[in-house]
Amino acid sequence: MNKGIAITGMGIISSIGNTVEENFDALKSVSHGISRIEMLKTRHSEEIMVGEIKKTNNDLEKVLGLKPLHTFSRTAMIGTIAAKEALQNAQISDVNEYRTGFVSGTSVGGMDTTEKYYLEYAEREENRRFIQAQHAGFTTLSISNYLGINGYVSTISTACSSAANAIMLGARMIQAGKIDRMVVGGTDALSKFTINGFGTLMILSDAECTPFDDNRKGLNLGEAAAYLVLESDAIVKKENKKVLGRVAGWANANDAYHQTASSSDGEGAYLAMRKALKVADMTAKNIDYVNAHGTATPNNDLSEGVAMTRIFGEENTPVFSSTKAFTGHTLAAAGSVEAVYSLLSLRENLIFPNLNFKTKMKEFSLVPQTELVAKEVNTILSNSFGFGGNCSTLIFTK
Amino acid sequence: MSDCFINGIASISAQPTTDPDTFLEDIISHKEAIFRSHDPNYKEYIKPAAMRRMSKSVKMGVTTASMALNNSGVEMPDAIITGTGMGCKQDSEKFLENILNNDEQFLTPTLFIQSTHNTVGGQVALGLGCKAYNVTYVQGAASFETSVMDAQLMLSEESEINILVGGIDEIAKNSTLLHKLDGQIKEDDIDVIKLLDSDTPGTVASEGATFMVLGAETDKSLAKVINVETISEGTPLEIKASIEKFILNQGLSVEDIDAVVLGNNGDVGYDNYYNNLQSSIFSDKEQLCYKHLIGDFHVASSFGFWIGCKIFETNQVPAILKVNDISAKKYNNILLYNQYLGKNHSIALLQRC
Repeated sequence: MNKGIAITGMGIISSIGNTVEENFDALKSVSHGISRIEMLKTRHSEEIMVGEIKKTNNDLEKVLGLKPLHTFSRTAMIGTIAAKEALQNAQISDVNEYRTGFVSGTSVGGMDTTEKYYLEYAEREENRRFIQAQHAGFTTLSISNYLGINGYVSTISTACSSAANAIMLGARMIQAGKIDRMVVGGTDALSKFTINGFGTLMILSDAECTPFDDNRKGLNLGEAAAYLVLESDAIVKKENKKVLGRVAGWANANDAYHQTASSSDGEGAYLAMRKALKVADMTAKNIDYVNAHGTATPNNDLSEGVAMTRIFGEENTPVFSSTKAFTGHTLAAAGSVEAVYSLLSLRENLIFPNLNFKTKMKEFSLVPQTELVAKEVNTILSNSFGFGGNCSTLIFTK
Repeated sequence: MSDCFINGIASISAQPTTDPDTFLEDIISHKEAIFRSHDPNYKEYIKPAAMRRMSKSVKMGVTTASMALNNSGVEMPDAIITGTGMGCKQDSEKFLENILNNDEQFLTPTLFIQSTHNTVGGQVALGLGCKAYNVTYVQGAASFETSVMDAQLMLSEESEINILVGGIDEIAKNSTLLHKLDGQIKEDDIDVIKLLDSDTPGTVASEGATFMVLGAETDKSLAKVINVETISEGTPLEIKASIEKFILNQGLSVEDIDAVVLGNNGDVGYDNYYNNLQSSIFSDKEQLCYKHLIGDFHVASSFGFWIGCKIFETNQVPAILKVNDISAKKYNNILLYNQYLGKNHSIALLQRC
């Protein structure tokens, strides 16, 4: 097996908690974060359910101690909160002690500020500092500046697989010796842009989402940010650091089927899982638990389910669940949110349940884990798929 | 250190740059602060039915990707990596305006589907039926270079592969105009050829795409990518030190650099990053600039890679690129440096192969 790259810190903010431990408490007590939208004004507020962080932008500014006239969008603020926790969790005080980089996934970047001010930019000067803040790369620089990281900084935007690809890049760069330490993950705040975008695709559920259920109606959008700290074995050894888990396998493949829809045979997902197992030097039998992408759209769950049966065999699919019914689909952040949950599963030997499942899908016999259950977990496979055919798989080990 | 060679390259820009047999011989003189690309006949590369739905970015990206693949003789790449500062801005802007102007009603999915940053990467993969690794980087002016760095890393993991790497950015009517409001683009129209002497804040904006095929050395190899580095922020002094260190890390000294290709964009507030180098470590180097020809946009620096390949191929430098009186005796090592608003600095070193 590939020993993998050490994970020494994690941080998260989502609709089920503002820290790693708050998220763990919610998962453990099976208390989800799906509600009506309150922080963002949209005419669809009565039609959709979302995973919203119940903090106003003013609350977030205070948490970070931002000065007036700052240029942080909501996406940048929640990203900074999670990345800061990850560094603290890894007990890093001097980020520049080693060659440290930052890779963040985001789909909308600062769209939340753009849609607030866009129509008034021409008349009013006061908010023009946010014009640049729309760009995804600007969001990432806001976070990296706050953390004091100013070397290798990049943004990956592959829709809902962005954070998974960021984690993969960090692992690869450390493995190749290009860098010593990487803060990797993703952030996306709720915005009218995504609510209406997914709305036009008719894949938003008006109720709590039901991943892998035959009667699933679509997804709940969510907002979140989550980051991991990856470090080289040389640092781990020298500093005698606590290792939370390892990224042992990774892969990215393209479905090359449709700009937004997944293929019916789950080819992209299949290729990503197969290659990740190869990178990890494992077989499907080594996987104890699959944290599925499981968005609860008719298309995703069918495609992913088929891909899982192709990898594991329909009868031999390991215990699996989608945690999207806790947090909503947090888009670009989903891969790192679920990486944090995977690390908690490894730490606690617990499988977090797939909520709201009632009826087995017609197309196959797969049934997700629906109750919180204690189980020895050593190896987790986590999927993230996105528009553009982007399919990514990560494998985490103890 | 991996062996990473450019085995094919193509660029669409505001100049006629798609004819592989010419090297900036006919120059278009732009007179506005925002100007469009000089387009090839897209019909030669894209079927009419597919083209109707394509935004400018997708057209430019799919076309240059196809040209670069042809140029390299590679039919199916083993990875597709794209970089873009703003993504498919035109469709994204239209979708946003529809949301805001119609109070979130009467929307259709097409604009949203095509608005994501990875649309071009996805469309290129779809067109080729390429199921391999596919990633999009969005890091302002370093978007293209971070893509090249991933490709280089991938070639160090697996040497016998071909990677399609591209940079794409398009003008979007209103969003680009916003960059006038916040001072990124010059207030008044300008004779763009004289951009570098403008002595005013802001720059000029345009659009374009460059795709390259990177892989192991072949008989088609145009240049070797020795290394690429990005630095998110730094002062002019820090950047100078970083460039010196970068050159040393490649086992070379500043004396080994024959020519430098710089991203000067006529912004009086930030061209000091370049001027500081032009008057010090690069003072005895042949200095070349290009943004007075193609304007500035987040992946404009990809044009530096195209220029480097052209110089190696022709052993000539069009006079229009030269900003000092020094001519190199030979062109073996060409260093590229770019930044935007003091952020997203990139350094790249190309070598004759």
